[in-house]
Amino acid sequence: MAWLLFAVYFVYALSRLELTPARFLAGLDYGYKFLTKLFPPDFHRWDLLLKGLKESLEIAIIASVLGLMVSLPVSLLAARNLMPAWVTWPARLVMVICRSFHPVIIAILFVKAVGFGALAGILALTVASLGFLGKLFTEAIEEISLKQVEAVRATGAPFMSVIAYGVLPQVFSRFIGFASYELDSNLRNSTMVGIVGAGGIGGTLFAAFQRFDYDFVCAIILSIIGMIIVGEVLTNAMKKVFRA
Amino acid sequence: MSAATAVDREWKRYSTGERLARFVVYLAIVAAVVASIRTVEVIPDFILDAPEQVADLLKRMWPPDVASYPQEIHAALLDSLHIATVGTVLGVMMALPFGFLAARNVTPWLWLNWLARLVLIATRSVNTLVFALFFVAVFGPGALAGTLAIAFHSIGFVGRLFSEALESTSPGPVEALRAAGAPGASVISFGYWPQVVPAFWSLVLFRWDINVRESIVLGLVGAGGVGMALDNALNLFQWPRVAMVLLAILGVVIAAEVAVTYIRKKII
Repeated sequence: MAWLLFAVYFVYALSRLELTPARFLAGLDYGYKFLTKLFPPDFHRWDLLLKGLKESLEIAIIASVLGLMVSLPVSLLAARNLMPAWVTWPARLVMVICRSFHPVIIAILFVKAVGFGALAGILALTVASLGFLGKLFTEAIEEISLKQVEAVRATGAPFMSVIAYGVLPQVFSRFIGFASYELDSNLRNSTMVGIVGAGGIGGTLFAAFQRFDYDFVCAIILSIIGMIIVGEVLTNAMKKVFRA
Repeated sequence: MSAATAVDREWKRYSTGERLARFVVYLAIVAAVVASIRTVEVIPDFILDAPEQVADLLKRMWPPDVASYPQEIHAALLDSLHIATVGTVLGVMMALPFGFLAARNVTPWLWLNWLARLVLIATRSVNTLVFALFFVAVFGPGALAGTLAIAFHSIGFVGRLFSEALESTSPGPVEALRAAGAPGASVISFGYWPQVVPAFWSLVLFRWDINVRESIVLGLVGAGGVGMALDNALNLFQWPRVAMVLLAILGVVIAAEVAVTYIRKKII
């Protein structure tokens, strides 16, 4: 029954979106022409390319560190096993709102607020990181064993020591895993926020698209893929070192 | 004698090599952060000015333009949801064969594994927005481009997780079927499939949840959905309308998350 309903919905959605085979076939012809224009990639303007990639990388690194610094305290506030309900709810609400918007949408708002350039991208990705890291951190903190926390508390340790010696050692390696995941994801998004003017290679990519400069587009996309794969290899190596 | 040496021995949690590796990672992170902060082009005045500007933006957005919702936002929002759903279904259909090909225990040919993995990595690395730009150039602006963008970007994610689920299946039922002389299709549908069904549904739901968020931005590059309404409002500086679109997006995204949690509990 559920399947039938879904099938009906699917057909309805297809008709709403005007996904007709005729249109698709017409597109395939364009698609072929388009692909022939993409290749071979044109790496002539490599200085522009490198500048964009470097800025994307910087945005990703700074945003990850800032996001980490912000989400640590917020996730401690949001953990139900450490804090009373009146503290956890506002913290959770902030994280839900940060997580609900795509980084590019947040980037638009920051571009309007702080102007074009890398700063808007950094702020946007920091907010996005807070949403995701905060959620993952909070879940990890809620799964810890409270015995160690109680033991530290029983010695009369102040609150910060309870956090530093009772909570953080239990979640450290999982945090490393989450943080490296977030670095990966920020690297991907930092190549995109430029589409709305928030710095990085995305701006160059979008401009090349609008100038129908497709062989340069191809060069940019290939370099983005290369950078993302290198980033993934590095963060995997990092995870291995920390056994996260 | 031996007791004395035992007392001298210092207990260490990590070996020297491990500590060295950790130190190198810490050093690399600090170096990367310092290098980034020193070279990134940020105008300090903009940072100082930021809180004031954000406050100004929020003031302009309040109150949200509720009247605009039924006129133009509602239909665009539904379009976004359709794009997300149809895109996910198409993406999963394309991902399944690559998932099977990439799993070492299902496909014994190494070159096929690597070929499939290459496709999965490539589609995962190209952002949905880039696919959207491509398909807008090929099929023209509209929901078709957005749907295909979502579908293609989903291949890598779904395919990789699906092949990982396949690789962690137990070989017992598969060997039993093979020993009985079952043909390849039966081995897949009775040996592998029942073992990965829960993982499959949970990753489809997860991807749908992500795609709902992604389908919303697609409009910024002309690929249909509520992003186009947002783009229009932004270009005309109609801030109350922008606020309304953002509120509507927030509502849909949270509703999608709640729905996914509910369905996951029901079927898994």
